[in-house]
Amino acid sequence: MSALTFHEVSVRYGAHTVLHEVSLEVPAGRTVGLVGESGCGKSTLARAAVGLAPITSGSILLDGRPVPTRGRRPVQMVFQDPYSSLDPRMTVGESIAEALPGRPSRQDRQSEIARLLTLVHLDPARAADLPGQLSGGQRQRVALARALAARPQVILADEITSALDVSVQGAVLNLIRDMRRDLGLSMLFISHNLAVVRYVADHVAVLHAGRIVEHGPAARVLGDPRHDYTRHLLASAHPLKEHT
Amino acid sequence: MRALRRPVGVTGVVLLALVLFAAAFGPVLWGERATAVDTANLLAGPSAEHWIGTDNLGRDLFARVLVAARLSILLALAATAIAMVLGLLLGAAPMLLGRRLGRLVTASVNVLVAFPGLLLVLFFAVVFGVGARGAALAVGLAGAPAFARLCHTLIAGVSERDYVAAARIAGVGRARMLRRHVLPNIAEPVIVYATMTAGAALLTFAGLSFLGLGVQAPDYDWGKLMQDGLNGIYVHPLAALGPGIAVVLAGLAFNLTGEAFAAGPRRTHVLPPAGPPSPATAPARNSVLSADDLRVTIPGPNGPIHAVRGVSFSVGDGEAVGVVGESGSGKSVTALAVAGLLEPPVRVQAGHLAVAGEDLLAPGAHRRLGTSLAVVFQDPMTSFNPAHRVGPQLAEVSRFHQGLGRRAAFARAVDRLRAVRIGDPERRARQYPFEFSGGMRQRAMIGMGLMGEPRLIVADEPTTALDVTVQRQVLELLADVRRDTGAALLLISHDVSVVTDVCDRVLVMYAGRVVEELPAKDLRALARHPYTRALVAAVPDMETDLDRPLAVIPGLPVDPVDVPAGCAFAPRCPLADDHCRTVAPPLRDGVACHKAGEAP
Repeated sequence: MSALTFHEVSVRYGAHTVLHEVSLEVPAGRTVGLVGESGCGKSTLARAAVGLAPITSGSILLDGRPVPTRGRRPVQMVFQDPYSSLDPRMTVGESIAEALPGRPSRQDRQSEIARLLTLVHLDPARAADLPGQLSGGQRQRVALARALAARPQVILADEITSALDVSVQGAVLNLIRDMRRDLGLSMLFISHNLAVVRYVADHVAVLHAGRIVEHGPAARVLGDPRHDYTRHLLASAHPLKEHT
Repeated sequence: MRALRRPVGVTGVVLLALVLFAAAFGPVLWGERATAVDTANLLAGPSAEHWIGTDNLGRDLFARVLVAARLSILLALAATAIAMVLGLLLGAAPMLLGRRLGRLVTASVNVLVAFPGLLLVLFFAVVFGVGARGAALAVGLAGAPAFARLCHTLIAGVSERDYVAAARIAGVGRARMLRRHVLPNIAEPVIVYATMTAGAALLTFAGLSFLGLGVQAPDYDWGKLMQDGLNGIYVHPLAALGPGIAVVLAGLAFNLTGEAFAAGPRRTHVLPPAGPPSPATAPARNSVLSADDLRVTIPGPNGPIHAVRGVSFSVGDGEAVGVVGESGSGKSVTALAVAGLLEPPVRVQAGHLAVAGEDLLAPGAHRRLGTSLAVVFQDPMTSFNPAHRVGPQLAEVSRFHQGLGRRAAFARAVDRLRAVRIGDPERRARQYPFEFSGGMRQRAMIGMGLMGEPRLIVADEPTTALDVTVQRQVLELLADVRRDTGAALLLISHDVSVVTDVCDRVLVMYAGRVVEELPAKDLRALARHPYTRALVAAVPDMETDLDRPLAVIPGLPVDPVDVPAGCAFAPRCPLADDHCRTVAPPLRDGVACHKAGEAP
C-alpha cells in the first residue's frame, strides 16, 4: 500500500476558491477521516485526486510521484449516492469487470468477480443482478467491490454511508474496518458525521472553508480539539440536553 | 410494451405494420400492374378496375401508390439514420473531443438549430443536386442539428452521473464509455425522437419531390406521384389526393408509434375496493392530535403499497412526540396523513384522525383547521416558492386565514422572522428564497408556521438536509418555539439521537406499524423491542467502543407491497420463533412483540 500526499493543493472555479493550499497526507495502510460541513471542499479534494476536478496549483503525489489522472487510476473512489453510482443497465458483474486491470480470460474474470463480491459480504450469485434489484447498502458494497477490482493503492470514500439507513450503515462501516485490517488499505474517509469518522479513522483532518484547520490522531482531535471550529463541530455532534 | 395497451399505440403500430408491409412487398406484389401501360385508359377516373384512376400512360395509380411506398419509406429512413448518426456524433462531441473542441461544436450546433429546418433542406438540396440521393442527404443533414441538441442534453445529463465518473476513474476510454454507459442510457428518448423524425422526413420528401427537387422520373415516390397528379387535380382529384393520403397515413403511423412510446404512462394498479371501515371512535381527551387505526394505502406499480397498517397514537397538548424508523417504515406517510396532505388515489382510513378537535377525514377540515397546524418539511430548497419573496409568502398565511391587510400581514411576517432568530428581518423579508441559506430557510419555514397560533407542529425530517452545526440551531429553535407557544410537536426522523434530544415520547415504526412506544429518555437503555434495541445499537456515537464491530441488523427491510404474515420484523429478529412468524403481535403496554424484553 502507498501513501497519498496532497501538497499545497488549490482549486479555483473562476473567482471562487474552493480549496486554499491544502496539504494532507494519507499514510500507507492508514485511514484518514476528513470532516467538515457541506460546501467546505471535502468532495472537491477527493475528486481532484482522481482527476475529476482540475487543480489550479499544488500537487497530489502517490509515494512521491504525481498521481496519474488518465487511464485506470491507482487511486479509486466510492461515491455518496448508491442510486447514481452504478449503471442501471449493466449487471453487477459487468460493472465490476469493467474496472479489472488487463484482459482476463472469461473464467478468471468470473472467479475474480466472485472473490470481490465475497470480500464485500455479498453472495457471488448477485453478479447477474441489475442494480435495480439491490438495496442501497448492497449497491454501496458493489461500488466498493468495483473500486477494489482496479487494485487501487488508495481508496477515497466520499460520504459513502450518508445516504444509507442506519441498520445498513453499520454493516458498511464494519466492512470498511475489516478491509483496512485484512487488506491494509490506505483510505481517505470523507464524512460530515463525526461519530462515524471516529469509528473508522486513525487520523482526522478538519476542513473549514477550503482550509485544513486541524489535523492529528483521531483520539486527540476528537478528544482534545485545539481549533475553535473543531470544538464547534464537536459541540454540535453531542446531544442537546447535555449542554442546555 | 405498455404502449401497446393504449388505443393510440395500437393504431400507430397497426398502421406502421401496414406501411412497412407495403414497403417490403409492394414492388413484388403490384410491380407489374404499376408498370402495365393501358392506352385505352389514359388519365381515366376511378373505376372498379382502377380504384383511383390511371396516369397519362394508363398505368394503375393505386398500384403505383403501393409500389412507391418502398422508395418513400426507404428515403425517410435513410434521412433519419443520417440525422441520427450525425446528431449523436455532434452531441457526443464534448465527451469525445474534450472540453474546448466540444464547446466549439456545441456552439455551432446551437447556431444551426436557430435556422428554419425547411431553409436548410432547400439549401442542402441545391448543394447536393437534384435527385433521390441528394434529397436524402439534404433532409438528413438538415435534421442533424435538432438531433445533436437533443443528444447533447441527454448525454450531459448522463455524464454527470457518478457511474460515469467511476468508469472514468477505472480507466474506461471515451469511445467505450459512449458505447457502454452513455448510449444505452439515452437510447429510449432518442429512439422515440427518431420515429417522429422519420414521420417528418416523409413529409419533407413528399414536399421536395413535389417541388421537383426530389426523386426524378422514371423513379417515383409519393411526392412525385402527387406532382404528376396535380395537373389534373380538377378533373381527377384522387390522382393527387391518393398519394397524399398515403403520406398522411405513413406519417401518422410513425408519429403515433413514437408518441405512444414516449408518453406511455407508468401503469399503477387501481386500489381494490376498501375493506370494512374501522369502527368510528372518539378522539382521546386532552389531545391535540389523535389517530386510531390509521391505515394508508398507496397504489403502486406492483400492487397496493400498505404504507401505514393500523397505527394508533395521540399527542397531548404541548407534548413533543417523536417518530423514528428507517426508510419505508411509514413514518413520513403518517406525518403526511396527520398534516392532511394525502389525496386520492392514496387511501386514508382511520377510526378517527383528529387535529385540534377537527376531524381530518371530513371534507373541508383544512379550512376549519386554519393556522392551528404548522408543517415543516425536509427539503428547505423546495418548501418555498422560488419566484416570490420570503416575506409575502409568510404574509399570505395571515391574509388568507386571519384576514389581515397586506401591510399588517407583512409586519407580522417580519416579526415572525425575528422570532425565529433571522437577523435583520426587514431586509430578509424582501429577499428571495435563494438568498437564504438552508438553515435560514428552514427557520423561515418554522416562522411561517408561527404566523398563526399553531397548536401542533408536524416536522418531517426537518434537519436531515442540514449540516450538523445548523441542525442544532434548528432543533434548539423548535424547542424554544414549543416553550414560548405551548404548541405540541410531532417530529419525524430517522435519527435516534435527534428524537431523543427533542422529544418527550417516542414511537418506533417498522413496516407501517408502531412496534414500540416509550419515553424518550428510556430509548437507549430500556427499550424492549428487539428492533428498537438493534436500531439504537447500530448507530455509532461519540462513546462507541472502537474495539468491537458495530451491531448490525441482518437481512433487508420489508417490502411494503408484500408484508409477511406474523411479525414483520421476524425474518431479521434473533429471537423469532414460529409463533412470531405466524401471529402478528399487537401493541400492548407500549410494545408489539411476543418476546418483549427477552435478552437475545
